[in-house]
Amino acid sequence: MTGKSGVGKTQLLRAVADVIPHDGECILDADVCSSVSPPIWRKMVAMLPAESFWWYDSVGAHFNGGLLHPEFKDLMERLGFSQDVMEWQVSRLSTGERQRLSLIRTLINRPRVLLLDEPTSALDKKMVAVVEEIIADIRFHRQISCIWVSHDRDQLFRVADTVCTVETTGLVKENRE
Amino acid sequence: MNVISLSTFDLSLAASLLLILAATSLRIGLGLERRIVISGIRMTVQLLLVGMVLKLLFASEGFIPVGFMSIFMLLVAGYEVRARQKRKLRGSTGYLISTGSMLVSSFTVTFLALTVMVGVDPWYTPQYAIPMLGMLLGNTMNGVAIASDRLTTGMYDQRGVIEQRLLLGQSWQEASGDIRRDCMRTGMIPIINSMAAAGIVSLPGMMTGQILGGSSPLDAVKYQILIMFLIAAGTGFGVLAAIWLISRRLFDDRQRLVLDCLISVK
Repeated sequence: MTGKSGVGKTQLLRAVADVIPHDGECILDADVCSSVSPPIWRKMVAMLPAESFWWYDSVGAHFNGGLLHPEFKDLMERLGFSQDVMEWQVSRLSTGERQRLSLIRTLINRPRVLLLDEPTSALDKKMVAVVEEIIADIRFHRQISCIWVSHDRDQLFRVADTVCTVETTGLVKENRE
Repeated sequence: MNVISLSTFDLSLAASLLLILAATSLRIGLGLERRIVISGIRMTVQLLLVGMVLKLLFASEGFIPVGFMSIFMLLVAGYEVRARQKRKLRGSTGYLISTGSMLVSSFTVTFLALTVMVGVDPWYTPQYAIPMLGMLLGNTMNGVAIASDRLTTGMYDQRGVIEQRLLLGQSWQEASGDIRRDCMRTGMIPIINSMAAAGIVSLPGMMTGQILGGSSPLDAVKYQILIMFLIAAGTGFGVLAAIWLISRRLFDDRQRLVLDCLISVK
């Protein structure tokens, strides 16, 4: 999804993740959002916000042992982190490091739908390519759906099956030019 | 030992000290003289009034006047809790929560103390009931006020962190747990400090008053210990109740943080 600043792209993602009051209903396979307990819904339909927040001093405390699975060790390496990253202090992370770690943190819950709000805005070209590749792999292997919000139209046409522009009137499907 | 009664002349002598201070302030241009005199007069009038009310109350010995006085004290305390908050709950909810949490903590603890520990007959004897309730309410009020103020500002300032935690699939209790624990601590610090320093750094006011009034120091100390325990318990439960009720209001039934129910006071 793309669209002008302030048109409501982030709000749309927050509504799907059910962290703001909204009209309508989200249905995932047979699960209706309003009848699933909120924490479970948000684990199934995981949103990666544009700005990540951290509340403990050390990086590791935010991951709660979820990284023991070899899949995540591999993910860490692909995103350019060494094994000792869990001992790092959050206050010393760069914006880009936070963004990459935040992606891993969201993936740990093994969501069935991923809502990505400008997930590569703070990354260099090389890392943008790595993240795009990781998301493509996950979509392929786990068969999950993804809503990717970005201002970069070229990126959207690289990663998405369908590209839409959010207008105040609704969604408009875009064609590859 | 009988209490030496203070004459109006004695009090005027003490007041003259304040007048000298006000004169000094005027002379060296501190600009505090007006406030010193006014607050001195206010304090005198308020205390004389409450003295007369208490005298009437002690004479009546009925339950109804004591009940009315207690409710009046509670309503004023509830107002004071909200008076100086930076962000408060919209509408009457905030008032109901602060009054309600003080009602369940202070009143229950005072009732328990009067019936079981002090064992005075009848339990509502104003000479015991009103001062004890007053001390409990005063302290609970401070705790509840500090904790609720900190809670509403904390939730507002940390809304990004809370939403992030909710997005990661945490329940509202987990997502707000750190803030709630922090507020509990803040609300309890004053009473924990005064228990820790009691007798060494400060001689508590009630005990001092009883000793001056002619009680034996040991009796005075026992009452002080009792009241300290009661205050700590009352404040603790009051703060717990207020924090729980306010946080419940700040999350809706889908566990979303709803900050529109807060109004900001400049």
